[in-house]
Amino acid sequence: MALDRTIAPNIKDAVDFDIQLKPCQKYTLDNGVEVYAFEGGAQEVMLMELVFFAGNSYETKNWVAPATNYLLKNGTHNKSAFEVNDAFEFYGAYLNRSCYNETATISLHSLTKHFQEVIPVVSELVADAVFPENELDIYQKNQIQQLTLNLKKGDFIANRFIDEYLFGIDHPYGKYSSEESYNQLTRDDLVTFYNKYYKEGKCIVFMAGQFPANIESILNKYIGTLPLNKKLIETPVHPIIAASQKKYSVVNDPSSVQGSIRIARHFPNRHHPDFPAAQVLNNIFGGFFGSRLMSNIREDKGYTYGIHSYLQNHIQQSAWLVSTDAGKDVCRATIDEVYKEMAILRNELVDIDELKLVKNYMLGSLLGDVDGPFQIIGRWKSYILNGLTEEYFYNTINVVRAIQPEQIKDLANKYLNEEDFYELVVY
Amino acid sequence: MIQFDRFQLDNGLKVLVHQDTTTPMAVVNILYNVGAKDENPEKTGFAHLFEHLMFGGSVNIPEYDEPLQRAGGENNAYTTNDLTNYYCQLPAENIETAFWLESDRMLSLAFSPKSLEVQRKVVCEEFKEHYINKPYGDAWHKMRTLAYTKHPYRWMTIGASLAHVEQATMDEVKEFFFQFYRPNNAILVVTGNVKTEDIKGLAEKWFGPIPAGKPYERNLPVEPKQEKHKSMDVRADVPMDMLMMTWHMGGRFDESYHATDLLTEVLGGGASSRLYEQLIKVRQLFSSISCFHFGTIDPGLFVITGKLVKGISMSVAEKAVLEEVEKMKTEILDAKEVQKVINKTESMICFEDMSIMNRAQSLAFYELIGDAALMNDELSKYQAVTPALIQETARTIFQDSNRNTLYYYSKTSA
Repeated sequence: MALDRTIAPNIKDAVDFDIQLKPCQKYTLDNGVEVYAFEGGAQEVMLMELVFFAGNSYETKNWVAPATNYLLKNGTHNKSAFEVNDAFEFYGAYLNRSCYNETATISLHSLTKHFQEVIPVVSELVADAVFPENELDIYQKNQIQQLTLNLKKGDFIANRFIDEYLFGIDHPYGKYSSEESYNQLTRDDLVTFYNKYYKEGKCIVFMAGQFPANIESILNKYIGTLPLNKKLIETPVHPIIAASQKKYSVVNDPSSVQGSIRIARHFPNRHHPDFPAAQVLNNIFGGFFGSRLMSNIREDKGYTYGIHSYLQNHIQQSAWLVSTDAGKDVCRATIDEVYKEMAILRNELVDIDELKLVKNYMLGSLLGDVDGPFQIIGRWKSYILNGLTEEYFYNTINVVRAIQPEQIKDLANKYLNEEDFYELVVY
Repeated sequence: MIQFDRFQLDNGLKVLVHQDTTTPMAVVNILYNVGAKDENPEKTGFAHLFEHLMFGGSVNIPEYDEPLQRAGGENNAYTTNDLTNYYCQLPAENIETAFWLESDRMLSLAFSPKSLEVQRKVVCEEFKEHYINKPYGDAWHKMRTLAYTKHPYRWMTIGASLAHVEQATMDEVKEFFFQFYRPNNAILVVTGNVKTEDIKGLAEKWFGPIPAGKPYERNLPVEPKQEKHKSMDVRADVPMDMLMMTWHMGGRFDESYHATDLLTEVLGGGASSRLYEQLIKVRQLFSSISCFHFGTIDPGLFVITGKLVKGISMSVAEKAVLEEVEKMKTEILDAKEVQKVINKTESMICFEDMSIMNRAQSLAFYELIGDAALMNDELSKYQAVTPALIQETARTIFQDSNRNTLYYYSKTSA
């Protein structure tokens, strides 16, 4: 019998998959630091991430938090910056650090067999970073150069401005660096911040991968003896001061051949009951390659290489954004099409078939996203830091499975109204 | 150690299967043995434009993405100078959807005029976004043209010019497809929660009926040995000066390949590397610097590039890089430094192999260059590299007559 290639093979709907978030182990070290661990994976590798409550929400002077985070591996009393780096790199381990709004992290990727050789150095960085003047100097100079370069790029400018409009320049989500903020950093600022928010700060540990046999005692020896979690760290409150003007056009480079477009509105955080359903609406709108924005503006009109909508990952308050770079002469047309797609979602019921596709896509991706030790611990970390439980995971799945076209339309009427959006084009 | 099974269909399609029962997912990866190096010099950017067209519908299926998303899958593709690779990941239970979609677009595309018209525009926007509307965006274009005189690595995958992409015609698209997108010019790799027997059945069913094409005999011009140092000055509206140096190196099969790879690590891998420590931290001549190589199948380029600290002259920066490079020729590395870069490489390999997606792509690549089993020998090849071999490799590569330099000046600097 000849093969009929016009007929798709049978599929199991992803909505029928049994998707589980594998549980992670939790224990507490001698100093009260909580450890969340997921053991597994075929490769003999592991990840240890120390999360400190040391994000830019805690700084009182601009850029102190990111600079402290960046420079804490640039020397201790016993090791120069080079020696610290060499200590990790000799064993093929990677030490990374990242500063976010609420938290800042130190993460270590290592072969399981070398973990015990490198964890003492992580401990040393948390206990004994010295922030040499000379290292701060080089950091300031090089960051200013990097900033000068980034300020040439329309997309970089657009990302800064849209956050500023949404949250205000003094809010942790809205502020950004400047040459002045780098120049005003002093070693004292960094040492003071480090002492309070790292050395004697509040820390949570996340572990994933294949662990050495005596992992708990190793962690107790090197992390459990540090003076962490002793003092109460107050959570600062930052009011959101959004801009009153909604529409902006900025010329950054008159010779630019494209414009960077950002269209954004405020949106509640993950605790709001609309959040999971809004993610379904977002996917239909612009959340994946098959979304309406992508199909219309890239695949039908060819105005852009890509267009995406997404909900920001913030803890306090989120925002809903549309982001794209489009040809200079079609920027206006692109923006009009974005609003047109919002109107269609407000006025017409989404086709049941399209909704089913989005549900399958979302749950199929979720199945892949909770596969692998690093992915699993990453999801647990996000829930723990957002004050959520695994109930959120299963609730989201249930919402995605159950949602109907009427609810999508109601949500679009609630959240996708042109007048609520900030609009920015940077040429 | 990555285990796999291998078989070949009558039409020449090679199939590799790697089972991993710890995941609920599967990856279907198809590598076509065609890259930008196979393009006509007058029609560059074609392999990459073609990659876009592969998503514009096939002969029996109007839309590629939609049925895959419906099956809970995601996909993407990339084009390099050497190859074009397509991959999708989906729940293993729905794997047949991927076979149906991939085999239909190997059978024949729909060749929709609208798809061609739109993707020409999309690729032009991609070109603008990455290579025009970006500071230093044209640097690689210029460097390739400077370093290569004959070999097709002299153009980038995006194409030598926007005009080439804009002028692509449907006849050319068809010709390209039937020349390169044939089963005997492809490697199919399936990884994840699958059984070889099932994959055999699916491969026979969906790919078996596709006719083989005329074998493609690659006959690319060989780049003649460079006789003297070449350089080019560029002035552009960028905030700081940039220095970019390249040297010709051996290809993927060259005996010096692994030593060359380690050499880039010694010089530029991470914050304890030589260039970072000496030129950024100690002498403070560069604000950023990196060292890497092309990793191409044919002889590629060894690259050192960095942005200068304001006020530092190009000649001082160039001299400083050359001093570091010279040390690699005159001094033998101590065993500890070599051990470090081998350890780093071991770690990199282990982390890369974590996902079934990476395992699929690596298997396909090693099969392309001869044998997927080579993937499992890589670490021992790195471990066999000695300080003396690194020195010898440095002496071969770092000759001034073998060097190309791009002096990229900021218009605003003096």
